Amino acid sequence: MRSPNDLELVHLTKRYGTTTAVKDINHIFPPASYVCLLGPSGCGKSTTLRMIAGHESVSSGSILLEGQDISSLAPARRGTAMMFQSYALFPHLSVRDNVSFSLKMKGVDKATRHAKAMSLLELVAMAHLADRLPAQLSGGQQQRVALARALITEPRVLLLDEPLSALDPFLRIRMRAELKRLQRELAITFIHVTHGQDEALALADEVVVMNNAVIEQAGPPRQVWGAPRTEFVARFMGGHNVLTVGDGRYAIRSDEVRIGATDGLSATATGVEYQGDRVAVTARTVRDEEVVALVPEADFFAHPITPGETLGLSWNPASQHRLES
Amino acid sequence: MSFLKSETARAWALASPLVLVLLAFLVLPIIWILVLSFWRATEFAMVPDFSFENYAYLFGSTVTWQVFLSTFRYALITWVLTLLIGFTVAYYLAFHIRSSTVQMALFLLCTVPFLTSNIIRMISWIPFLGRNGLANQALLSMGVIDQPLEWLLYSDFSVILAFVHLNTLFMITPIFNTMMRIDRSLIEAARDQGAGGWQILTNVIIPLSKPGIMIGTIFVLALVMGDFVTVRFMSGSQRSNVGRLISNDVGLLQYPSAAATSIVLLCTVLILIGLLMRFVNIRKEL
Repeated sequence: MRSPNDLELVHLTKRYGTTTAVKDINHIFPPASYVCLLGPSGCGKSTTLRMIAGHESVSSGSILLEGQDISSLAPARRGTAMMFQSYALFPHLSVRDNVSFSLKMKGVDKATRHAKAMSLLELVAMAHLADRLPAQLSGGQQQRVALARALITEPRVLLLDEPLSALDPFLRIRMRAELKRLQRELAITFIHVTHGQDEALALADEVVVMNNAVIEQAGPPRQVWGAPRTEFVARFMGGHNVLTVGDGRYAIRSDEVRIGATDGLSATATGVEYQGDRVAVTARTVRDEEVVALVPEADFFAHPITPGETLGLSWNPASQHRLES
Repeated sequence: MSFLKSETARAWALASPLVLVLLAFLVLPIIWILVLSFWRATEFAMVPDFSFENYAYLFGSTVTWQVFLSTFRYALITWVLTLLIGFTVAYYLAFHIRSSTVQMALFLLCTVPFLTSNIIRMISWIPFLGRNGLANQALLSMGVIDQPLEWLLYSDFSVILAFVHLNTLFMITPIFNTMMRIDRSLIEAARDQGAGGWQILTNVIIPLSKPGIMIGTIFVLALVMGDFVTVRFMSGSQRSNVGRLISNDVGLLQYPSAAATSIVLLCTVLILIGLLMRFVNIRKEL
């Protein structure tokens, strides 16, 4: 699936003294795709993004964009643009001047750069606030401005460093839909760093799960969630139980676990959590492993369970999925 | 309503110690100077009056205008030099020193000269700059000059040198403080947007350091405009500024005249600072 317009990481490594933040990662980002780099804090996802952007030097390996090694170019010459976590809008400049900043640096005359800035502000529906200062905008509005400012450089790859983390949950869901729409309209690659798996699943064409400086698993969201390769991925993506069956470790989706009276794996209920459309029943097995079963609301209330009760857990063997150790 | 009343009373009670101190030691003396400036003086006594004699004499004399002009000149040159040095030092400390320990150590190093008195720091220049001082001897022995330089000491040069030496820290501190508050991701964002080092300086760092520059400017202007000791020592009493005018009057017991000059100086400095405040809003910085 190679194309001449790929962004490619080749043996990319970042070392700080004796610690390795990113360890020999290889990955190909196809053009015009929405990719989420997902992982817990300190896993190397932000460092990877900052290396692609050019704000962090590469210890070894290279970054290729459209066949050209960009790893030693200045950030603005790479064909990438970055949207910062705190948006990093210039507090002393109006929205219009913030967006046209890169054109001013290039020496584009005022009328041209302001016209261009206004067209990008239209794109993010912020043209009516062009004269405001960043401090006079809400978080969501600031984010749109930051987006416009990054896009005015006409990047082939847009890098987003936890772009939604500063927003409240309601706005987060709205903005992520908007990010997705923009990516589709502009048909450029978005690389979006996040530690929220729901965000990654909702947005990404491809999810890249990182842990301990390496890529743990990469693939379409449905594949990564449905078939986690390792225990880390299964636990991090959520919705799975990791159990020892026979000689191996297996992932079993929580919504596949059935609760019976006696038959199946014996366990003791330890908690019941009502979640609206379903109920999460937590139980501890005889091997002292924790299992979460998601029971549809109606089924649960037909046969309620109280903590302390002994349960029999079962699932379709076809739905259990072997993990690499 | 009684709640509101007690709140107000509490607020006043809390503020009153500072209000009293300021009233007693700032407002009252200034009012007293203002009153005094309208009195008349003979060779032997001060006569309570409401006369504009002192002001008329002050504004009528060409000496006053010359002295005010030279005071402005000292202030302007000192301001330019302290700003250039102060900004450069603050920039270096804030953006080039990575480790915060080294940063703090170097900043404290800047304050070390302030552990000695102003006068001592000033006077210590005299043996260095004098006719047979270290500077002249070194230049002579290197063959750069064959006559000792006369303008090193007791000149505008030595006055401004001392002013810059004494006041640069008042520029460094506020500028360093505002620079430390600049979000580093702004610098990265500017670089991401294609700004070079110089463009980052002029488009991001200088505009965002303005409040610090303004506070430093107010310090330096106020200190230089109000000074009389530096000018007296470093010019060997050959140059004058408004401060010396006042101190001479005081020496001659011409208090009403000194008071009038003080009031004019005070107003001048206040107008100057008022004008500066129109350019930059420092309130949010304090």
